Amino acid sequence: MTSRNVVVNLAHDTERAMAELVSLAGEYTSRIHLNCQNKRINAKSIMGVMTLVSYSGDAITVTAEGSDEEEAVEAISTFFAG
Amino acid sequence: MPNTILNQEANVANLCARMNMENLLPEIDLASRKILSYNLTRPALQLTGFFDYFQGGRVMIFGQAEQQYLDTLEKPVIRERIARIASYEGIPCFIFTRGYHPCDGIIEICREEKLPILISPHSTGETTSELIRWLRVLLAPRTTLHGVLIDVYGEGVLIMGDSGIGKSEAALELVKRGHRLVSDDVVEIRKVSDETLVGVAPEMTKDFIELRGIGIINVRAMFGFEAVKQSQNIDMVINLEEYKKDKKFDRLGLEDTYMEILGNKVRTHNIPIRPGRNIAIIVESAAVNNRAKKMGYSAPEEFFKRVNAEMKA
Repeated sequence: MTSRNVVVNLAHDTERAMAELVSLAGEYTSRIHLNCQNKRINAKSIMGVMTLVSYSGDAITVTAEGSDEEEAVEAISTFFAG
Repeated sequence: MPNTILNQEANVANLCARMNMENLLPEIDLASRKILSYNLTRPALQLTGFFDYFQGGRVMIFGQAEQQYLDTLEKPVIRERIARIASYEGIPCFIFTRGYHPCDGIIEICREEKLPILISPHSTGETTSELIRWLRVLLAPRTTLHGVLIDVYGEGVLIMGDSGIGKSEAALELVKRGHRLVSDDVVEIRKVSDETLVGVAPEMTKDFIELRGIGIINVRAMFGFEAVKQSQNIDMVINLEEYKKDKKFDRLGLEDTYMEILGNKVRTHNIPIRPGRNIAIIVESAAVNNRAKKMGYSAPEEFFKRVNAEMKA
């Protein structure tokens, strides 16, 4: 399992950004989760990721488990860093 | 607007509104006073001056015994004892039950200490039991899971499985067949007791389903209020898995498998998915089967009884 802490940085046009995030996560076969406070959200679930909007500015942990976990965490973290 | 009490915060303002209580000190901001414990204290012993083992941090309930005892005390003694109770840290508020109004001395001390006084019109028993019930729900351990929660014949079924396996599609078909959606994709779960898990939808995604290729649809707008539900106990888990030749699936249903959610065991069925399998009907059957088991009937047991009888004959 690979994990990394990032800060949610969503300035504008959040809905589209979230849709992009989900399709980005979908490119990897690993199971990818975003952990925030006591929530654990599946990065491939659009509804789940939408609830992240309320955490803008908060630190979240990206974790991935699978054959391409390192690439997945790298890509998702870069996406959040903007 | 919060959909159920499950989305409320455990603070004194919500408590006051929930129980229809009168606030004697409206100048104190109730919303900023959080309640962290569902234990309540009846401070009768402390009023007599015995403070060993006493701790703050809890709602103080002044019931009939406390009220009658206060009435027998001299004013300076009341002031001293109440001031001592109020000096403990983290007491969210004082509650006087049965509509009893405390004397001016108590109100004065609480005003100085910025400690709210609430008057409950109900009896002590009614006030405390409702208060504990409400606090246990709000302060319950919670988690978020990826899945669909749906009420099928009164059974709360949590459908889980990897992304894209068809959870939302199954939910849509179940809604079409007359069942009620609680939450799609994200389920917020609370452990209300060692037996009970309650699931709700996050305020933001409530009523919505995401269907791959179509996008987000609003179930309440499409199918009406009869198709949605605000919260539901979780009775069973249906885990959708891709069919694999070497993986064994339950063929008889004699042994129950369980999944742990927040330390509670929930009966789980692993359902292999292949093209053309009607998941909605399988979920319906599993829900009815679960009800039958709760009522004491087990189909496989009966089946094996017949097999055994045949062997002996």
